[in-house]
Amino acid sequence: MLIRTGRDGFQHPVSSEITPPAVYQERRRLLQWLATGVSGASLAAWAQREALAQQVPKPGKLPALAAVRSTAPGAVTMEKVTEYKDASSYNNFYEFGTDKSDPAQNAHTLKTRPWTVEVDGLVKKPGKYAIEDLLKLSAQEERIYRLRCVEGWSMVIPWVGYPLARLIEKVEPLGNAKFVEFLTLADPKTMPFVGSRVLDWPYVEGLRMDEAMHPLTLLTFGMYGEVLPNQNGAPVRIVVPWKYGFKSAKSIVKIRFVEQMPKTAWNKAAANEYGFYSNVNPTVDHPRWSQATERRIGEDGLFAKKRKTLMFNGYEAQVGQLYAGLDLKKNY
Amino acid sequence: MALARALLHPAAKPLVFVLSLLPFAWLLYGAITENLGANPAEYLSRATGDWTLRFLCLTLAVTPLRVIAGLPTLQRFRRMLGLFTYFYVVLHFLSYSWFDQGFDFGDIAKDIAKRPFILVGFTSFLLLTPLAATSFNRAVKAMGAKRWQALHRLVYAIPFLAILHFFWMRAGKNDFAEVAVYAAILAVLLGWRLREAITKRRAPAAASLSAAGRPHPRARG
Repeated sequence: MLIRTGRDGFQHPVSSEITPPAVYQERRRLLQWLATGVSGASLAAWAQREALAQQVPKPGKLPALAAVRSTAPGAVTMEKVTEYKDASSYNNFYEFGTDKSDPAQNAHTLKTRPWTVEVDGLVKKPGKYAIEDLLKLSAQEERIYRLRCVEGWSMVIPWVGYPLARLIEKVEPLGNAKFVEFLTLADPKTMPFVGSRVLDWPYVEGLRMDEAMHPLTLLTFGMYGEVLPNQNGAPVRIVVPWKYGFKSAKSIVKIRFVEQMPKTAWNKAAANEYGFYSNVNPTVDHPRWSQATERRIGEDGLFAKKRKTLMFNGYEAQVGQLYAGLDLKKNY
Repeated sequence: MALARALLHPAAKPLVFVLSLLPFAWLLYGAITENLGANPAEYLSRATGDWTLRFLCLTLAVTPLRVIAGLPTLQRFRRMLGLFTYFYVVLHFLSYSWFDQGFDFGDIAKDIAKRPFILVGFTSFLLLTPLAATSFNRAVKAMGAKRWQALHRLVYAIPFLAILHFFWMRAGKNDFAEVAVYAAILAVLLGWRLREAITKRRAPAAASLSAAGRPHPRARG
């Protein structure tokens, strides 16, 4: 190749490229200042407390999944992280029941090992990936994203994973691959509600290729520093933080590259309520309720007024350009 | 009959009253101790809606049960159950206006006008209001029994509106199992009344004959 991409192994980053000089110089200055001992003791304590506040405590329920905090723009919100108890007990995962407490109760039957994800469709290198290989395909990052459910509630969740783009680059999509389709496992033996008439199984979700390649689109294996609980989509799921939660398919067994816009599960069930894009958008209401506001789970008390929902769930700076010129009222 | 005597016991009414308040007490306790799950606002809205439907079923079940089981004393409980239906629908509307809309009346008005499912729920709440307001004895006297009864026939519209409200609420998720259960119960309760009305109209003589063994064949609600 004539054009050097920076990923061809011949260019090695130097430390100044990894951390911007301004940042590490500031850090050094602060360290020196602390080391001088001038009010060092109190400052050190203060610094430590800040450091602890930034750290997400591990719930200690499942095997740990090591990760470094992501430096991608928009990847780490400073908002208060939702309690693990709430994030792992208030779920929509209809394969395990339609009530939000059902998945936590029923998903223990899901077998996450052995697990393979098949990549096929319009790619140069289709293949089957064992979950163990997929976990190692790229460095695991911690990302703290807002999650906005189409039902009008939200959470802040520290996910562990890497950009889906890493996998997509590896399988080399063909020129006519316009969309990526995700299929959730549909096993009636371990998923009691597969077979109910609520949705067409398996659960299908999809993204446009540029959405799938966006650095914020995360192939996710864990949360809160541990592997995903079954009810949150173990062992591997997608997280697309600027779209309503149902766009982020769980317990994925197949990733398919296609030319036509995928027929997604909720769109098939109620096209007037759930569009293909389903970007978080406070100005486009759901037919049965307003999307202008949301309730942050575990944080906004019963009597607190609901908070305003942000355009693209607050990720407009990062993803707005993907939809330049697109009528978001029509393409809801 | 032991049951008939138990229904006349002086403690029977207070007991039903306390039992009917239990769901409310339980929700209040859950709200205070923060034991209503991750989304207490949603929990309260749904629970008060569920209890409204349940009390509507109980209220409408009084007359068929009274006639079929031959328990005229059951009638004593109908008004109280009806008022508890209203009590829970008020709580339902209150939790929607408060926890969902933050008592922003402009937003509430817009929401009612914009969303058929809210409109239908609000309509049934409105229709139940005059029934609750005229439930005491003096209101019957003041209005005259005929007019009072005509007004209170409004209650037969409520099951249709309530089920439609519930159906639309669940429609987006294609999840109709629970809706079907309530619809079936209410259909039986209304169906029984319809059949009674038809047989009475077709053959008044035969109907009164067949009902001769029953107490108070005319006191139908």
